[in-house]
Amino acid sequence: MSEENIMFRIESSPQIRDKDNTAKIMWYVVLALIPAGIWGVYNFGAHALVVICVSVITAVVLEYLFTRLFRKGSIHDGSAVLTGLLVAYNMPPGVTLYVPIIATVFAIAVAKWSFGGLGTNWINPALSGRVFVFFSWTGAMTTWTAPRAWAAVDATSSATVLSSVKTGMIDFSGTVNGPAGFLMNHGYQTSDLAQKITSWFSHTLGMNISPIDVDLFFGNVPGCIGEVSAFLIIIGAIFLFSKKIITWYIPVSYLVSFSFFIWVFGGLQFGTGYFSGDILFHLVSGGLMLGALFMATDMVTSPTTPLGMLIFGVGAGFLTFLFRIYGSLPEGVSLAIIIMNIFVPMIDRYVRPKRFGIVKNRSAA
Amino acid sequence: MRNISTFAKGGVHPADRKELTCTKEIVRLPVPETIILPFSQHLGVPAKPIVEKGDVVHAGEKIGEAAGFISAAIHSPVNGRIVELKEIFLPTGMRTKAAVIAVDEQDPDIKTEKQDWKSMDPSEMIAKVKDLGIVGMGGATFPANVKFSVPKGKKAEYLVINGVECEPYLTSDHRIMLEKAQEVLEGALIIAKMVDAGNIYIAIENNKRDAMEHLEMIIKKNNYPIEIQPLKMKYPQGDEKQILKATIGKEVPSGALPIDIGAVVSNVGTTQAVYQAIVNNKPLIERVVTVSGDAIKNPGNFLVTIGTPIQVLIDACGGFSEQPEKMIAGGPMMGFGFYDLQTPVMKGTSGILALTKKESRKSETTSCISCGRCVQVCPMGLQPTRLFKNIDHGNYSETLELGLLDCKECGCCAYICPAKLPLVQGMRLGKSMLRKMKK
Repeated sequence: MSEENIMFRIESSPQIRDKDNTAKIMWYVVLALIPAGIWGVYNFGAHALVVICVSVITAVVLEYLFTRLFRKGSIHDGSAVLTGLLVAYNMPPGVTLYVPIIATVFAIAVAKWSFGGLGTNWINPALSGRVFVFFSWTGAMTTWTAPRAWAAVDATSSATVLSSVKTGMIDFSGTVNGPAGFLMNHGYQTSDLAQKITSWFSHTLGMNISPIDVDLFFGNVPGCIGEVSAFLIIIGAIFLFSKKIITWYIPVSYLVSFSFFIWVFGGLQFGTGYFSGDILFHLVSGGLMLGALFMATDMVTSPTTPLGMLIFGVGAGFLTFLFRIYGSLPEGVSLAIIIMNIFVPMIDRYVRPKRFGIVKNRSAA
Repeated sequence: MRNISTFAKGGVHPADRKELTCTKEIVRLPVPETIILPFSQHLGVPAKPIVEKGDVVHAGEKIGEAAGFISAAIHSPVNGRIVELKEIFLPTGMRTKAAVIAVDEQDPDIKTEKQDWKSMDPSEMIAKVKDLGIVGMGGATFPANVKFSVPKGKKAEYLVINGVECEPYLTSDHRIMLEKAQEVLEGALIIAKMVDAGNIYIAIENNKRDAMEHLEMIIKKNNYPIEIQPLKMKYPQGDEKQILKATIGKEVPSGALPIDIGAVVSNVGTTQAVYQAIVNNKPLIERVVTVSGDAIKNPGNFLVTIGTPIQVLIDACGGFSEQPEKMIAGGPMMGFGFYDLQTPVMKGTSGILALTKKESRKSETTSCISCGRCVQVCPMGLQPTRLFKNIDHGNYSETLELGLLDCKECGCCAYICPAKLPLVQGMRLGKSMLRKMKK
């Protein structure tokens, strides 16, 4: 047992490890978000790109300072880039630059590092940043840019579909064919493409869908930089599913529970009664897809057991429905996820997987 | 052949890498000039040496006596002389006494007449298994006589022969099933008689279809009362609890043994060793070892005399093709790293692996990101991340309640962990702390 023999690395078993690591997960999520970001920049103009760059750079610089200060973590794990990206995706395209900077600082410094950095935060950093600036600079956070497909519209006066519905419904009485019908009646802009697709659907397949839903699906609507195109967000999420980075538990339970409550109660305000909610409209509008597929699935701030994830998703779906339909704000995804974040430690404490070989009747052992 | 099945909960799918050696026939390795026989090659109390320095020993002669209920005898595989009794380190990190034997006769024949096992009674056979130092050869090295002695009041209904070999790289059991099928099957019948089990299954993962077909052919030809149970590939299916869940559909209760649900499990290599012990009076003095890994020039399967230094096996494979990053005794999921190539092959050494830097994939540890993957892969339904945090914080009593003692260190959690946390190491620490608290 001479000293020169020591040349092999000795480690505890297992001696082999899966190829996924934290950095790979984070960078894959970043990659999956890129199509939606490109669309945002194309759709809303170069300022959206500036917002994205400013947020990401702020996040990385701040993260670097904290990793040096606390001598732990690394900017190479990609988590700071991801946080910066998600903050930017939750900003209106024309926002004044100090807003995303403050949101990012809040996300990295308060939400993430005051609890100890990666893995220890209880709240989704990007969402906390968004909510912080939303309530502090509400005006800047609710001024929208018209999408490229809307020709000749005053850019600053455009409103998102959800805020148009919310404000329009305040003194509404009577009956209308759901939120899409309401918007059509009030002359909400739709793109030429959406109208073509809609007429193709009704002529060829005999299906009636609103051009509003088509625009929402592809992202030809005003909204936050990265959340408007449900289509591209779903593409990114499918990539993550295929790489087994995210599991189906949270997105599916979130969307199913949300759809269920919308279906049951969503039609009431339009006078069409119970079980008449417009599921499609609500699924593709607002930040739901980005929230359900990329924010609620944040591993750090979601439960660790499959059953816990289902509970988390169902809760987030219910709260999103509640805020969106009955809240005073048009949108509730961020708050719904943040509130469910609060429940995560409790869910993880009480929800346990079924153990192998634990039988109720202990006499067998 | 029964319908294909697997265990329900958890498990991982590491690349199996069996293509490196699964077609390599078992080659008998000549006995080196010097062999080293540790007195602790099994689970339990080390054997008590009954030889001294300078003694002349003969092939098959007992040199260490079982020193307790859970202990096993050690035999000399060669004619030779004890040149030294010294302390050595085993890959497990354990320190043990070992006999160094200078070999006089390279390939001595242990002369025995074939015994007719059908005329023996079970207690006689179990005594023989004990006397000849047979232990479980799948890696846990539990003394076979203890396992095959069914306690009073219990009844063995099922005997499951474990041909799963779910550890990546290893193909020694696969080759034994192909090349020594007759001995394995008869060994199964012998064990079934010992434990008085009516149902005999051989469970094999479906990456070994050739072994299944070969065994099935011999079973049909001889009309043996043995059924083949094909299993879907999943690690850790070779674990007793998982193989029983997959094969007979029952869960061994927490803290209990397979016999509590009427089952006995025996590994293929052990079963063949039992056959050799009962029929040929042969002590456990040799075993089949897979030598593999990308750092090995010509990987293969070898029939190795126990006590042979690992260096001899590496040389038999033409040496290293590149500097290995890690040397492992056993499989990559549960095996132990070692640094001394003079370490001897022991009864439980199913494989010797030389892994390259790329294969062993060192990556940095980050903090836990609560992804929950460890929870999803744990075959025992535990929450490794939560256990790890509790152990880290010294909350040992809570780990007890969370089922830490059910952990068998299969390594699924640490394998899948993207943060590369040393979860298995943590579990070991927690368990040893719980044992200390008990005292």
